[in-house]
Amino acid sequence: MKLQEIIKQCGFELKTQNENLNRDVTGGYSSDLLSDVMANAKDGNIWTTLQTHSNIVAVAVLKNLAGIILVNNRVPEEGTLAKANEENIPIMTTKLSTFEIVGKLYELGIKGN
Amino acid sequence: METKFDKTVEILFELKLSDVMRRDIITIGPKDKMSVLQRTLQKHRISGVPVVNDGTLVGIISIEDLIKWLSDGGRDCSIEDIMSKNLQCLYADQPLMHAVKKFDQFGFGRFPVLERESGKLVGIITRGVIINGTLNRLAMEYQDEEIRQYRASHFFGDITADQKNVSLKFKIAGKDFDNAGKASTTMKKNLKRLGIRPDIIQRVAIASYEAEMNVVIYTGGGSMLYNITEDKISIKVTDNGPGIDDIEKAMQPGFTTSESWVKELGFGAGMGLPNIKKCADKMDMQSKVGVGTTLKIEIFIGEDDEAARNY
Ligand SMILES: Nc1ncnc2c1ncn2[C@@H]1O[C@H](COP(=O)(O)OP(=O)(O)OP(=O)(O)O)[C@@H](O)[C@H]1O
Ligand SMILES: [Mg+2]
Repeated sequence: MKLQEIIKQCGFELKTQNENLNRDVTGGYSSDLLSDVMANAKDGNIWTTLQTHSNIVAVAVLKNLAGIILVNNRVPEEGTLAKANEENIPIMTTKLSTFEIVGKLYELGIKGN
Repeated sequence: METKFDKTVEILFELKLSDVMRRDIITIGPKDKMSVLQRTLQKHRISGVPVVNDGTLVGIISIEDLIKWLSDGGRDCSIEDIMSKNLQCLYADQPLMHAVKKFDQFGFGRFPVLERESGKLVGIITRGVIINGTLNRLAMEYQDEEIRQYRASHFFGDITADQKNVSLKFKIAGKDFDNAGKASTTMKKNLKRLGIRPDIIQRVAIASYEAEMNVVIYTGGGSMLYNITEDKISIKVTDNGPGIDDIEKAMQPGFTTSESWVKELGFGAGMGLPNIKKCADKMDMQSKVGVGTTLKIEIFIGEDDEAARNY
């Protein structure tokens, strides 16, 4: 499923100005530990996290992730958005918790990686 | 802090030959006489020209060839009798870094640039063209004063690019979380431009990032030296301490000494060093408390190695 479609279905708020919303999302990963994401997320995954610091962008770039979802109403820091726009990494927000949003994604057919 | 040298290296990977090469190519025909070459070089104040027959590149001839021919008596003959037919070419879509390597390797003054699909001659590249292209780009980002201070003559010397080698060094600042990951993300892009296989880039990216973050988080700063050869990518990570007292323990999955504010940023799972180990074909860590740590990582570019299979 395309990222664009997922954003629509889940009602995410897109925080970045991205052109690459047409990417196929290959699966998902949820974690707030960056090394865990480095080790276990896969190319094209969507990532849910509580972390809002700009280092999440570096992780997403290095792992070729399709996008980052910030859960529980978290907002990205200013530097995070600037970097995400520069690197073309979509960042979305939701008021739902990790548990709920993963459930929704699963219903849409986005499985673990 | 990014130095001007880092920036130059970045530009060398960013710019393609098609961005800087000369497109107004002056050429000569294989059947032209050597006397024509003399006039062509004089008229355009150039030191060499590609030899083109019906749009196809067939050779290259330079002022050195002309001088040698003159000193051999200068009996008139055709360009094709003298020109060098053993052609070394570059492609328009290659990064400038490729050209720097090639100049170092062959010591030639110029390379013809071909379009990859058609093989057609589309430009010419000299050291001067590379230096100008890079300085122009630097000028967009730095003040004039700084540019004047930058010694273009040292340009090729600055970049260690002997035969088949590319070395890049990054300074890593301790505790600078805003720039953390910059070396690894820049390197990932560079490797992509160099055409390294994606699964290998992936492993380099993970190992590099974990090593970079450890320097940022636990040390007062250090450096990362990347070395790319035909068969492997090596990363040497050096820092100035505090050092690690028990390396075996540090390597254990889950072991961490990170403080809570570091944990809040998402670090400190104790997975970094194990991640590096998993991605590397070779990993060697040496440390002295109070002095510093040196971590050497090697990832082979070979076809199908063990780590690639495990990964
Ligand atoms: N360059 C270094 N200098 C000093 N200590 C280090 C260095 N690298 C690692 N360490 C020590 O080794 C421990 C384990 O490192 P490792 O990268 O495996 O996990 P971590 O950094 O604690 O957590 P994570 O990498 O999962 O975020 C660190 O907590 C730290 O005490
Ligand atoms: Mg670590």
